[in-house]
Amino acid sequence: MSFVWTIAEQHDGKLRDVSFELLARGRKLADKLGTKLASVLIGDKVGEQAMEELIRRGADEVYSIQDPRLANFVCESYARVLTRVIKTYQPSIILAAATSSGRTLMPYLAIKVTAGLTADCTELDIEEGTGNLLQTRPAIGGNIMATIKTPDHRPQMATVRPKSSRPLPADASRSGKIIAVPVTDDMIDGRATVVGYRKDATDFVNVEEADIVVAGGKGLKKGDNFTMIRTLADSFGGVVGASREAVDRGWIGYPHQIGLSGKTISPKLYIGVGISGSIQHLAGIKTSEIIVSVNSDPDASLHKVADFGIVGDAFQVVPEIQRRMDRRNGGAK
Amino acid sequence: MKIIVPIKQVPETSNVKMDPETGTVIRAGVETVVNPLDLYALETALRLKEQHGGTVTALSMGPPQAVKALKEAVAMGCDDAVLVSDRKFGGSDTWATSYTLAQAVKKIGDYDLIIAGERATDGDTAQVGPGIASWLDIPVATYVARIETVKDKHIVLERLVEDGYQILSLPLPCLMTVVKEIAAPRLPTLGGKIRARELTIPVFSTENMELEPAALGLKGSPTKVVKIDTPKVTRGGKVVRAGDDEAVVSAVDELMSFLEAKGIV
Ligand SMILES: Cc1cc2nc3c(=O)[nH]c(=O)nc-3n(C[C@H](O)[C@H](O)[C@H](O)COP(=O)(O)OP(=O)(O)OC[C@H]3O[C@@H](n4cnc5c(N)ncnc54)[C@H](O)[C@@H]3O)c2cc1C
Repeated sequence: MSFVWTIAEQHDGKLRDVSFELLARGRKLADKLGTKLASVLIGDKVGEQAMEELIRRGADEVYSIQDPRLANFVCESYARVLTRVIKTYQPSIILAAATSSGRTLMPYLAIKVTAGLTADCTELDIEEGTGNLLQTRPAIGGNIMATIKTPDHRPQMATVRPKSSRPLPADASRSGKIIAVPVTDDMIDGRATVVGYRKDATDFVNVEEADIVVAGGKGLKKGDNFTMIRTLADSFGGVVGASREAVDRGWIGYPHQIGLSGKTISPKLYIGVGISGSIQHLAGIKTSEIIVSVNSDPDASLHKVADFGIVGDAFQVVPEIQRRMDRRNGGAK
Repeated sequence: MKIIVPIKQVPETSNVKMDPETGTVIRAGVETVVNPLDLYALETALRLKEQHGGTVTALSMGPPQAVKALKEAVAMGCDDAVLVSDRKFGGSDTWATSYTLAQAVKKIGDYDLIIAGERATDGDTAQVGPGIASWLDIPVATYVARIETVKDKHIVLERLVEDGYQILSLPLPCLMTVVKEIAAPRLPTLGGKIRARELTIPVFSTENMELEPAALGLKGSPTKVVKIDTPKVTRGGKVVRAGDDEAVVSAVDELMSFLEAKGIV
């Protein structure tokens, strides 16, 4: 029996990186508790290769639950499936990603299985003596860190932000068991149905799963100047973010917005250009590993929380950074 | 169409203090507002009412002062409001809160749609919306950015997900949580304010609700806060000035070595 579980995420049969990040978190907890780590993979026709990959990345067991009706995420069916396997195997801890599906599924599931759930944990540990899961999360716009536990209910459930932990390297010498769980009709809800997907080919990003985010704000003065930010983001292999001011002015789409009424990100590197660092914007970037600010105002709040700040004109500083990146990437000057 | 919008009264953005003993928010003396992300839910509900007819009911669980948030919702155009308030509800986590609110929804009676904000700006969990849906055993759609159609007792909508928009069809009744992209919230009107002032808002409590006592408040909450820390705000980073061309070059030099040392480039 495995006591620590992670919920793997896949899209079109391909595992998302966050599945491996969760395993790195889970491995640490399972080792501390001296128990096994399992990953639950729900989908349709996800290949054996993906399951082997989960094992190489830290899982001892993989519960594979495959059915055409589970190909796309639908909260109610996924919750039914998990309710069934939780009742059968009784895990003690379940970790899921704080993604659009994880953040929907876990609170729905927590009610069905009477479990405690903590959102967006940045740190997870095991309490000495009791073996309880200690879950630390930022709250109130990142102004406080709260540590939470669920002493009397099992499973203990938590979501973890993408990019807030690093996956373990794939270890080909690891072995594990793949357990196929049969899908019965009563595990499918069938009320809500996925009709399709729309992807804005020109302007869509996933700022939450990016390692590097270069964000622009009102200091860019007009929408066209986002080109400069895009080019810089590209050369870092990153994506473009924005302040609400930039989004509200129509310079860039809402999926790029970072902050209180946008996305919360935990990238390795965040570069804010022409962004003042309002409390609402900071709420979305506080868990970034490195914060760099480029702002002409020496008193800008973003400089105060930055690991590295440049007080200067974005239209001089950004092209200069670009020149260095072009040189490094071997491109033209 | 009968729409219920659960809203939360929250401290004015981030100007918050915590009780280190209980790990709960100190509300005394802090200015409060309707959770800004709930305004999008209210706007969505009011627009649906304008298109399809029906009523919009605002619902809030909180201390008696939360009536102020409900009055604001009425001033925006909600038809009525319900306050869910009892000392026994104090200290509820998202599990107990969604239970209590689901019971309040059941007491209100029939409804077609529940529209909630994506999350509250203080607790920041985004768990209560889906939790209410789960207690009521109705389908849920989160991060809704656009409504396509409402007809034949079904709603078709777009959810903002990691790599685009997922288009979902859900039968009514269902619950959705919305993001800012869905609509710009309206301001309260003068007529609305007058109506709000005169409206008596009913209070649901342990006195008149059907509730499992073991599922309420701090005691009924599976999760317990054990510690609160205030992380340091400043990272003690370096700030360099780049006033002229030369300074720009040397500042960027320094930035690049910094990023190199951190293994980024
Ligand atoms: C309920 C609520 C929710 C909100 N949610 C969000 C959210 O999710 N995300 C968000 O970002 N905001 C949010 N806001 C808005 C927030 O309060 C700020 O208004 C916004 O973040 C400011 O955006 P900005 O930094 O781009 O603009 P400004 O604050 O105007 O800052 C522009 C900056 O650019 C600098 N600048 C100007 N010219 C140059 C130049 N040539 N070179 C370099 N720097 C230059 C200026 O010094 C200034 O610091 C929210 C507000 C509320 C009330």
